[in-house]
Amino acid sequence: MPFIANTAQQRKQMLSEIGLSMDDLFADIPSELMRENFNLPIQASEMEVLKYLAELAGKNSTHLTCFLGGGFYDHFIPSAVYSIVSRSEFYTAYTPYQPELSQGTLQAIYEYQSVICRLCGMEAANASLYDGGTALCEAMMMALRITGRNKIIIDDSVNPIYRVMIQSYTRNLNIELDETHCTAGMANRNEIMSLLDEDTSAVILQNPNFFGCIDDFSEIAEAAHKKGVLLIVSCYPISLGILKTPGEMGADIVTGEGQSLGLPMSFGGPYLGFMATKKKYVRKMPGRIIGKTTDTKGREGYVLTLQTREQHIRRDKATSNICSNEALCALTASVYLSLLGKEGLKETAQLCADKTAYAYQRITSIPAVKPCFKGRWFFNEFVIDLPTDAADVIGSLIEKGFAAGFPLSRYYKNMEDSMLIAVTEKRTKQEIDMLAEALEAVL
Amino acid sequence: MKLIFEKSIPGRRGVLPAKSDVPTTIDIKNELLRQNDAELSELSELDVVRHFTELSHRNFGVDTNFYPLGSCTMKYNPKVAERIAAFPGFADLHPLMPQLRMGGLLTQGALKVLYEMDMLLREITGMAGFTMQPLAGAHGELTGIMITAAYHRDKGNKKTTVLIPDSAHGTNPASAAIAGYKVVTVPSNKNGVMDLDALKSMINDQTAGLMLTCPNTLGIFNSHIKEICDIIHSVDGLAYYDGANLNAIIGKACPADFGFDIVHLNLHKTFATPHGGGGPGAGPVGVTDKLLDYLPVSIVVKRNDGTYALEYDRPKSIGYIAPFYGNFGIILRAYVYILMLGKEGLKRIAENAVLNANYIRVKLQKYYDLPYPGLCKHECVFSASRQAKKGVHAIDIAKSLIDAGFHPPTVYFPTIVPEALMIEPTETESKETLDGFIDTMITIAKTAESQPEKLKSSPNTTPVSRLDEASAARNLDIASL
Amino acid sequence: MVPKELRCLQTHEWAKREEDSGIITVGLTDYAIEQLGDIVFLELPAVGDKVTKESEFCTIESVKAASDLYAPVSGEIVEINESLTENLELFKADPYGQAWIVKIKAEDIAEFESLMNAEDYEKQLKG
Repeated sequence: MPFIANTAQQRKQMLSEIGLSMDDLFADIPSELMRENFNLPIQASEMEVLKYLAELAGKNSTHLTCFLGGGFYDHFIPSAVYSIVSRSEFYTAYTPYQPELSQGTLQAIYEYQSVICRLCGMEAANASLYDGGTALCEAMMMALRITGRNKIIIDDSVNPIYRVMIQSYTRNLNIELDETHCTAGMANRNEIMSLLDEDTSAVILQNPNFFGCIDDFSEIAEAAHKKGVLLIVSCYPISLGILKTPGEMGADIVTGEGQSLGLPMSFGGPYLGFMATKKKYVRKMPGRIIGKTTDTKGREGYVLTLQTREQHIRRDKATSNICSNEALCALTASVYLSLLGKEGLKETAQLCADKTAYAYQRITSIPAVKPCFKGRWFFNEFVIDLPTDAADVIGSLIEKGFAAGFPLSRYYKNMEDSMLIAVTEKRTKQEIDMLAEALEAVL
Repeated sequence: MKLIFEKSIPGRRGVLPAKSDVPTTIDIKNELLRQNDAELSELSELDVVRHFTELSHRNFGVDTNFYPLGSCTMKYNPKVAERIAAFPGFADLHPLMPQLRMGGLLTQGALKVLYEMDMLLREITGMAGFTMQPLAGAHGELTGIMITAAYHRDKGNKKTTVLIPDSAHGTNPASAAIAGYKVVTVPSNKNGVMDLDALKSMINDQTAGLMLTCPNTLGIFNSHIKEICDIIHSVDGLAYYDGANLNAIIGKACPADFGFDIVHLNLHKTFATPHGGGGPGAGPVGVTDKLLDYLPVSIVVKRNDGTYALEYDRPKSIGYIAPFYGNFGIILRAYVYILMLGKEGLKRIAENAVLNANYIRVKLQKYYDLPYPGLCKHECVFSASRQAKKGVHAIDIAKSLIDAGFHPPTVYFPTIVPEALMIEPTETESKETLDGFIDTMITIAKTAESQPEKLKSSPNTTPVSRLDEASAARNLDIASL
Repeated sequence: MVPKELRCLQTHEWAKREEDSGIITVGLTDYAIEQLGDIVFLELPAVGDKVTKESEFCTIESVKAASDLYAPVSGEIVEINESLTENLELFKADPYGQAWIVKIKAEDIAEFESLMNAEDYEKQLKG
């Protein structure tokens, strides 16, 4: 029997030592509730399972050159990330409830919290949430707790998938969601300012936004703070290698998706939701938090702290219901950022920006292609307008070996001819040239 | 041990990005750039590898030694699952692929994994359909409560409360509260299970549902479970099964047969995916027929031609609770596990888990108080109240176990047992390991009798001794800036 | 031991009427402080806040628990003990004196009169 150590002989001995039979062990379940047969496949050996899953893996088209973005990117993952994170002392451990035995996880996550603060320009971070979308939902709940108000303003340049998640989360709650409409690829300042009032809890924005456009929300932060409203910014961590941080803009809560920090795209997860805030809001922040302290001999050590806000103590009054988080993914992010280091992250960010700028030039020089948001600064994604349905064009390009981009019609009205193209440091000049040639041929 | 930032040497480089091969260099306008570089460490690859290797030596996992954390099911994590999750065909798959034209055809392997898992979990639990979207157990609980709310809204019911036992895991009331319900606590009776009379008196037309785990957090199976579900149904409430303790009954019984309407499973518990130091997990949710319409978008369906597709058109769905299809990498690992156990293996999980727990129970009951004596399932809960009289508390016992090389069991939970020690060995532990643990626990009990002071200073064999948690909370230092 | 002249709530708050005024001083009994363990944080309400009898008015946090404190009478917060938040050790040192938490201007002094007295509180703790 795979993974079960005890032999039949040992089981027999154990049962006899405790004076029970196997039937006795399940005598507390009424016999009419017991089931004899489960229609499951027969046991497979490791060898068979590897073969079968390799076949299934082969049925996924990962050979297409990837220009897909939308918040999830094909970045380069250094080999040392894998070797470190696959150490079983890290991945077969659980939550560090016994700190003396878990200083490894605890210090690693304290370093992760620190690195997130440094990246985002904030003062306090938690030990991770599930993903960028649930992190944004939690940030919204946190703002509602802090302000005691129930109105949220959110611009539609924020990731549409996250906006749908927020709508799903708030359906049962007494919260007013006001969606503003981005103009020319930027968050709609006028609409936001006009909606800001003393009932507003927070404004939610994203930088770079879903279309890849870069913005500065300092003005909005100022106007919001005058009315006691908080600014929540969802951001893209690689971009923070060079871009103005949400902290510098005056954000109160920062969230984002950490997949780009050393995690494979893995068809939707596991991912990494990060959250950072100002010191004064720490007790309102959900999730686990690691703190530094000393032991009985005065040595430095790390522990889970502020646990009384969490579900296992505060129960129905907890800041969140989160228990298991994305600890291993947080470790991965910390390892990735340590391996790249200060200069490496900057260079990676600059590479993304340079290659995207090149792709933009090359692709918009095709006569039939127009840039959608001309004159905007963008980081590693941009939108182009085509003379025909973007989804069809993307379909044709798949046949030519490219996952060329994302059709915006899925989430935005009147954008059937527009597509979002992402370029990371992994894309070569040759790949970009070939995409441009293929696109021109298709149009 | 120094923080990684303290080891930094200005100018030192680690992994070098490739050089740019494009002729453009873009200088984004200064107002949009950060004024100072992010203060990340500057270290060589070797520096980083050594730092994290040293950290790993200060950690303890299932692969290290016995890890009987009650309620967490710390069973062995099969390495083949790690190998498969790293296949580029799975790891390099962008989640937006299915949303491209013909995209479904590009992801048939991944969609099949999701579909098959739905089918397997239906068979294991008896439920009619699953969503793989929830990203952890607590997330599954929230999903289940949101489905409850959608059901009642659809029927025009005005429900405001959710019933939860006093022994429940904290995520249960937290999830109910976040979904907008008022929590009403149902007491346990002197046998440690839900007080049926109390339940009958507490239900009314405001009751939206009941959240329960069975066996409960004391490791006790309530043989009246079907009656409990019937009582909830009598007011058109929904019965929710917290699957954290499925390891006790998997392959022997089905929550659907007990009468539950909604079930969540913890893949990182029962289905052997790694705990990762706190996560990632996955909490798929299964429902009965009448609730299928409310499952989150999207679901994988099998078309007549045998291909798999994502179904988005679900008008009564509660919406999206995660960006995509769930923690796919975790779901994939659980799939591998189920295939390797198969029909024959599935039964043996619960049999061995329950045997191991009862073996510990019987061998230690002379030395530690057993507040609820009698058969337990996959975990047993002792109380250190006898030792507490000598000044040795559950925490001292836990710390002494550390010096003996074991990870302590869960302490002080469930809160209805004073000085609780919750021990869950799981089926992957051998008799020799259990014997070693039992011997150590007996030695500790004897030391608590004769020389209690000896246990108060433990642990003494770890890089740090007991840490000052009060000071951590008072003088909050949660980041090095 | 709770000083005899004080009144108590079952939820372990003590209340003291200042002279013959309508001002009620509120704190936590030594029993509650013992139960909480090491107190790490106190979140005070603001002066001017309205409170209702037996509703939460403030939160106290220890390493093991975060508890809500309940108002003994309805009224308005007229004074808060700000220095207490920086000197949490006063809870153990002087629970009935320097560790007073808030002063409430009672709407209806009869609510104070109807509270349990110290002796009855100590009795029901034992029982």
